[in-house]
Amino acid sequence: MLSFNQDCWFVRKVVRWRALASIAWSVLLLPATTTLFVFLVRFSLFHPVEWISECFGLLMAASTIFSLILLCGVVLVIGFFNLEGYTVVPSIPCSRVALLAKVLHPRQCVHSLVHCTVGMMVMWCASVMAGGRYQALGSPCTRGESADAPEVCLNEYHVFLLLAGAFIGYSHSFLGVVQNMNYVSFQIIQQYKYLRCKGSLPWVLKCSAVQSLYAVRNYVALYFFFGHIPRAWISNSLNLPIDSSLHSLDSLTGLLDFSLLYHLWISGAFLLLTWYITVLLFRIYVTEAHRFPVQSTFAEDAEQCLPKVLSEKRTPIMKFLALQDLALLSQHSPPRRQEVFSLSQPGGHPHNWNAISKECLALLSDLTQRLVAHHDAVASNGRARPPSATSDTRTTSNSSVSSAVVSGTEDLPQTPRPSVLLKTPGSVFLKSSGRGISSPLTAPFTPDLDSPFSTPSLRHLAAQQVPQQGQWLGSVQSPHIIRRGPKLWSTSTDSQANGSALASPVPTPSSPPPEQKSSFMAQWLQNRKEQLPEASSQALFADSQAHIWALEGLSHLVAASFSEDKYGVVQTTLPSILGCMLSLQEAVDRHFKLPHASSKPVKTSCSMGDSTYKTLRFALRAALKTSIYRITSTFGEHLNAVCISAEHQKRLQQFMEYRE
Amino acid sequence: MCSLALFPPPLSGGQITLYEANNELVAGSSPDCYEKQHWDPPSLNFPRETLKPHSRPESSSKAAFLDHKDTLWMRSAGAWYMLAYICSFKELFNHCESFSFNCFFLTFRSDSAIRSFAWHPHTDKFAVALLDDSIKIYNSRSATAPTLKHRLQRNVSAMQWKPLCASALAVACHTCLLVWHVDPSSLSTRPSSGCAQVLSHPGHSPVTSVAWSPSGSLLVSASPVDTAMMVWDVAAENCVPLQRVGGGGVTNVSWSPDGSRLLAATPSALFRVWETRMWTCERWPCLKGRCQSACWSPDGSRLLFSVQGEMVIYALTFSDMTGGPKSAAVVADLSETTFSGIDDITVGGEVQSLAWDPTGERLAVLLKGSSSHPAIIAVFKTRSSPVFELLPCGFVSGEIGAEPRLIQFHPHFQHGALLTVCWSNGRISHVPFYFVSVGRPHTGGSPPLPHITSKIEDYSTTHTLYTEQIS
Repeated sequence: MLSFNQDCWFVRKVVRWRALASIAWSVLLLPATTTLFVFLVRFSLFHPVEWISECFGLLMAASTIFSLILLCGVVLVIGFFNLEGYTVVPSIPCSRVALLAKVLHPRQCVHSLVHCTVGMMVMWCASVMAGGRYQALGSPCTRGESADAPEVCLNEYHVFLLLAGAFIGYSHSFLGVVQNMNYVSFQIIQQYKYLRCKGSLPWVLKCSAVQSLYAVRNYVALYFFFGHIPRAWISNSLNLPIDSSLHSLDSLTGLLDFSLLYHLWISGAFLLLTWYITVLLFRIYVTEAHRFPVQSTFAEDAEQCLPKVLSEKRTPIMKFLALQDLALLSQHSPPRRQEVFSLSQPGGHPHNWNAISKECLALLSDLTQRLVAHHDAVASNGRARPPSATSDTRTTSNSSVSSAVVSGTEDLPQTPRPSVLLKTPGSVFLKSSGRGISSPLTAPFTPDLDSPFSTPSLRHLAAQQVPQQGQWLGSVQSPHIIRRGPKLWSTSTDSQANGSALASPVPTPSSPPPEQKSSFMAQWLQNRKEQLPEASSQALFADSQAHIWALEGLSHLVAASFSEDKYGVVQTTLPSILGCMLSLQEAVDRHFKLPHASSKPVKTSCSMGDSTYKTLRFALRAALKTSIYRITSTFGEHLNAVCISAEHQKRLQQFMEYRE
Repeated sequence: MCSLALFPPPLSGGQITLYEANNELVAGSSPDCYEKQHWDPPSLNFPRETLKPHSRPESSSKAAFLDHKDTLWMRSAGAWYMLAYICSFKELFNHCESFSFNCFFLTFRSDSAIRSFAWHPHTDKFAVALLDDSIKIYNSRSATAPTLKHRLQRNVSAMQWKPLCASALAVACHTCLLVWHVDPSSLSTRPSSGCAQVLSHPGHSPVTSVAWSPSGSLLVSASPVDTAMMVWDVAAENCVPLQRVGGGGVTNVSWSPDGSRLLAATPSALFRVWETRMWTCERWPCLKGRCQSACWSPDGSRLLFSVQGEMVIYALTFSDMTGGPKSAAVVADLSETTFSGIDDITVGGEVQSLAWDPTGERLAVLLKGSSSHPAIIAVFKTRSSPVFELLPCGFVSGEIGAEPRLIQFHPHFQHGALLTVCWSNGRISHVPFYFVSVGRPHTGGSPPLPHITSKIEDYSTTHTLYTEQIS
C-alpha cells in the first residue's frame, strides 16, 4: 500500500498523477479497441456490406454505450490495481514452496477474485456486443414434445462466455504472480511516451492474441471436464432450466464449434488487450524520466533535490528515478554536471558531490557485501571452511574504503540497506509477517547469513555457526540434504521476504501442521526447494538496475571531472570510488564462478511479464567493467598517483592495459 | 571547394605509397623498403587460394546449394554476399522483376578474400573477417592469433569492437548478430562458440551493419530488409526496435564519436540522423540516390557523406545552438580528372567509402573505379577553423593490379594518422601519415619524422611471427 499510506511528496505529486494520466489514456483508447472488437466479432465473409453497416449501427446502440461505461469502470479497477501492486524490484521466489505461498497469499486471493469478477464483466459486455446467441442469460426454449415446458431456458453460450471471462481473469492474475507482471522495468533508452506507446502497441496486440489462444485452450479443456458443475449450479440458483434439446457445451460436438471458439478467442483477446494496454500505459508513464533539480535556491525545495532524494529509502520508485536522472545528467547535460561539481556558497564545501557520491558508493558497497555474504554462505555450505584470508582482506579494504568516503560514514557498512531498499510495495509478504514470527519449521534452517555482515568478526561467527547447524541437522536428516540444505535459505537479501513468506502460515483451510510433523515437512520442503537453481542468483541482483545507474552516473561524472571539475572536488573521492568499484568487480567475478550464476535464462515468448530482471546480473557485470574502463581510459597514467591498496592497484593495472 | 585537379599526380609504374612525411607522400617500389620506427601493425596477406576450397564455391553450383528455408530476400542477399552479381540477379529476376535490388549492393567487395576489418578502439589489435566465414584476431602483444568460427557466423558483413572493453567484438552475420568475448589473455587459438553471444530478433536478418555507442553501453544493428533498427543492451540481451516508415530498411548505421547522434542510411534516397538522447530523428531526403557512405568528424559536429550517382562529398554541420543544419554543402568535387604525364592517368568517380582519422586532420576517400581506371584512395587534409575546408594531400596507390576495398584509420596512432587498407588481392597494408596534430600539442617540438632507429630486429621478429600465421 505504498501510494496511500506513505506520505512521500513524490508519490503525491508525481506517481499518482502519472498513474491517473495513464488510466485516462487507457479509458480514451477504449472506444478504439471496442470498435476493433465489434468489427472482428461480427465479421462475416460473405456479407461485407451488411457486416459494416451492422457494426456501425451497433456502435451507436445504447447497449454498446452502456458496455463502454462498464468497461471504463473495469479499466479504472485494473488501473488501481496496477498502481497498488507495481514494484521496481521484483520479488523472486527461490523455491516452488515460496511461489506457492505467493499464489495462495490472501492479498493475492483478493487480487484474483477481483480479476475474476472484472473478467466476467468484460465478457458480459463482449457477449452483449457479439449479440446473436450470446446476447442474454435466458433464451426462449425450443418447444419440446411436452407443452408444459417453461418459456425461458438457460443460455449456455452466455454462461460459457461469462465463465471464460472469470477463467481468463484468474489466469491473468495467476500469471501475473508467476511472471512478475507487477514488475516495472526501465527501458535502456529514453523515448517520448507517444513513440514508445506506438512502438509497443503491435507487440501488445500480438501478446494478447497469443495469450488468449493459450487461455482458450486451457479453458476449453477445463470446461469439457468440469463445465457441468457451474452450469447446474447457475441453472438451479436462477431457476432457469437447461434446454435439453440442444447440445450441451461440455461435449465434443458442442465444443467443436468453430465460430464459438473464434468468438471466444476474439473476446478473450479483447479482454486481455484492454488490460494489457492499461498495464503498458502505466509502465510507460511511471518509468518516464523525471528531472530532479541538483540544488535549489529555496530551502523548502531542498527535499526535492537530487542529493536528498537519492538517500531516500522508503520510496523505491523515487530512488530509482533519481538514479536514472543522475545517470542521464552525467551523460548528457554539462550545465547540470557543473552544479554537481559546484561548491556551496558560504563555506565552499562540495555538498552536492559528497552527498551523491556517498549514496552511490553506499549502494555499491552494499551490493559487494551482499555478494560476499552469499558467496561465503554457499562456500561454507556443507563443509567447515574457515574464512579465507582473501575475504578478510577484502572486508577490511571494504570497510576502509567506505569509511574513507566522506564524513559521516559510520552508518555505511552497518546499515542493512538491502532489506530497507527491498521493501517494495509489490513484495507484499514483507508487511504481512515480520522476521520475528519464524515458525519452528524454519528455525533450524535459517542461518543468519542473508543479512549483509558489516564486520569481519560477525562473519567469522556466522561462518562457524553453519557447520554446527549442519551437525545438528544431521541427526534429523540424511547427509546429502544437509549439504544442499541451507543454500536455499541463505540465498539472497531477498530471503527475508522469502523466508518470511515460507514462515508465514500458508492460508490453506487445513490447520497449521503440528509440531511433531515438522521434520518430515521440513524434509519435503527441502526437496522442493532445489528446483529453482537460478533464482538465488536472480534474487541477489533483483535491484541491480539501481546499481547499474549508480555505476554509470559515477563513472561518467568522474570522467567528465577530468576536464570540467574546476575545484577538484572529485579527486578527493577518486580513491574510494576506484576501490569500491574494484572490490565489487572482484565480488562479481567470484559470484559468476558459482554454478548456475552464469547460466542464461530461457527466453519467454510472447507474454506481458517483464523478464528483464532475469538478466540484470549480466548487465551489471558489463556496466561495471565499462565504468572502470571509462575511468581508466580517461585518466590514463594519472591513476598511478591515486593511492589505493596494492591489490587494487594490480587489478587496475590490468584494466589500464586492457586485459580484463 | 577542393577538386581532384589540385592533387599531385598519382604514382605510376608500380610505385607504392609508403608514408607521409613533411607534407608529402613518399613512394617506394616495395612495401618493405623503409624502416619503421614504432610498433608496426603486421602487413598481412590473404590470397583467395589459401582459403579452404569449399568456401570459394563456383557460380555454377551455387544456386543449388542456397538454403531454401530462407525467405526470398535472405536468399538473394546471401547469394550476393557469397558470390557477387550473377547469383543475386538470377535469384531476384527469377522471382520478381520489379524489385529495386540496389539495397544489397552496399559495396562491391567479393573479389577480395577479406570481408571486413576492424581496429580495436584502445589497443593495437584488429580483427579480420575472411571469405571463409572465419575471423582472425591479431594483437601486438601476443603471438597467438585466435580464429573465431561459429555455426551461425556466415556472410560476415561488418564488425566492430566494443568501446571501453577489452574483449567484445560484435559481428553482423547472415541470420543474427554475434558478440564474441575473446579473452585477451587467453592463449587459445580457437575460442569455443560458447564465447559468442547470439542476438537475434524475428525479421531482423540479414544484419549488415553494427555500431556500438561510444560509451560502450548500447549496440545498434541494422538490416536492409527490416524497417526497424535494433538498439541492444547486449549483456541483458534485450532490444528496443526503433521503427520509422519510409526508406525500406536500414543499410548502414554509424555513431558519431561523441555519442550524441547516429546516422542511419536506408536503401532508398533517404537517410536519417537520430539524436541519441530522446531517440528522435530528422529525415534527410537526397535528391539523386541513396547515401553511399558517411563519416563523422571526431567531435561529432560534422557529417560528411556521399550520394550514389554523384561525384561530390557533402557536409552537414550540427550544433546544439542553431537546432541543426538546413541543407548540406558540397565540400569536394571528385569528378574525373586526367593527369597528363608519361602516360595519362584518369582518376575520379563515385565515392565508395569515407574514413576520417581520429585527430580530424586527414580524410581518406575510396573512389570507385570503372572500366577505364581502377579504384583509388584520395587523401585530403582537413581543417575546421576558420572555415571547414578540404585540402589536397595525395593519392595512395598499391601494387599493380590491386585495388583498395576497405579503408580504416587506426583509432589512436601516436604520431599522426595510420590508414589501414585492405586490397583486392588480399593484402592488408598500413600507410602512416606523420604530422603534428593541431589539437594534440606536441611537447617535444620536434617534427615527428620517421627518424631511422635501430628497431629492425624488433620489427623482423613480429613480422616473422605473423608470416608464420599466414602460411
